[in-house]
Amino acid sequence: MAEHEEAVWLHAESQVTLVELVRSSGIPEDVVRELVDYGALEAQGSGTQWCFSADCVARMRTAARLRADLELETPALALVLSFLERIQRLESHVRHLHAQLARPR
Amino acid sequence: MKYKDYYAILGVARGASADEIKKAYRKLAQRYHPDVTKDPGGEEKFKDVAEAYQTLKDPEKRAAYDQLGSAYQPGQDFRPPPDWEKQFRERAAASGGGGAFSFDDIDLADLFEGLSRGRRGARGGAPMAIPGEDFEVTVHLSLEDAHRGTQVELQLGMPEIDADGRVRHVPKTIKARIPKGATDGQRLRLRGQGGKGFNGGRDGDLYLNIVLHPHPLFRPDGHDLYIDLPLAPWEAALGATVEVPTLGGAVNLKVPAGTAAGRKLRLAKRGLPKPQGGEGDLYAIVQIVNPTVLNDRERELFKELAAASRFDPRGHFSGGSHGGA
Repeated sequence: MAEHEEAVWLHAESQVTLVELVRSSGIPEDVVRELVDYGALEAQGSGTQWCFSADCVARMRTAARLRADLELETPALALVLSFLERIQRLESHVRHLHAQLARPR
Repeated sequence: MKYKDYYAILGVARGASADEIKKAYRKLAQRYHPDVTKDPGGEEKFKDVAEAYQTLKDPEKRAAYDQLGSAYQPGQDFRPPPDWEKQFRERAAASGGGGAFSFDDIDLADLFEGLSRGRRGARGGAPMAIPGEDFEVTVHLSLEDAHRGTQVELQLGMPEIDADGRVRHVPKTIKARIPKGATDGQRLRLRGQGGKGFNGGRDGDLYLNIVLHPHPLFRPDGHDLYIDLPLAPWEAALGATVEVPTLGGAVNLKVPAGTAAGRKLRLAKRGLPKPQGGEGDLYAIVQIVNPTVLNDRERELFKELAAASRFDPRGHFSGGSHGGA
């Protein structure tokens, strides 16, 4: 049977709550709090009312897979996440430079 | 059912210790994990490695797997020993299934997953709410589809537990509307469109990862687009109005006189639409292109220009303070 659904963007302009982030990523709340402490995840608002930009959902889903599949402890997970983010930033910079580069004729 | 050699997949001997199996898994997981590797076949390799480890790390599952022996070749069809069917039927019945059990149409991973679920069920107690599995799929879009929004049809194999307690992968077609404004690497979520939850557990979600196809003319950078704009030397020198293609149709662009190669001319709001409203820009990057073959008249005119012009494009080479001590 075919179903029809409107997909919703997970981008920096919309937000998710801490509960929603935990539910959608499968990362336990205490680990999310530790990742915020390590600076691997940026929370907005106070401790009980934390919000995160919606693109954190994809990031925390990656974190959940790495944590389970590579059996990573939280400090190592925070380090891997920060490296992955750095790689993404550099790749985006390369794409930006590549887009501006005229193709030889 | 197709046989898989879990020991060969992990690259360990059949008599390997639990520690050796764990080490082999970790090494391969680091190499092939889809979140860290750029290997295009990494995801498939990691699935096999993870499946092998899930069975071999559990002593009971490993003992059951070892009972199959080593006479089969990977990919070879086989049937588990006859007493297994009885054993699994009992487990399915204990975990709330109907009691009928057949090994038809299930794969090796489902078989061992059924084993651990049967074990959990056999322990008794209230059935636990199990959330449905989330799915992540990559959706390839053309730049045109990203610009206007589109609808995609996804074929997914959803795991479902039937009345007999067996896991089956049931094909399901989901039509998803992708709103306009997708960019490379963006994620979307379709809530509740993943695997079905069990015993009151929520249904899983479906996540879409957007990948844009390369376009012959436009190069995307976020919501901005770049296009090369070839100009004849006289168009660049004298200025011109030229037609430039955009995703919304061709527009006229005024090129100012004396335009240098590499200059970026901005066509505001001709890029990709942004999800929160507004659009990115289109940048035309000037290239000055000479005719590859000159006819006699063109050669004559260029010679005349060369003789008449006092323009020195390398004037900055001399008279500077570079190179000296």
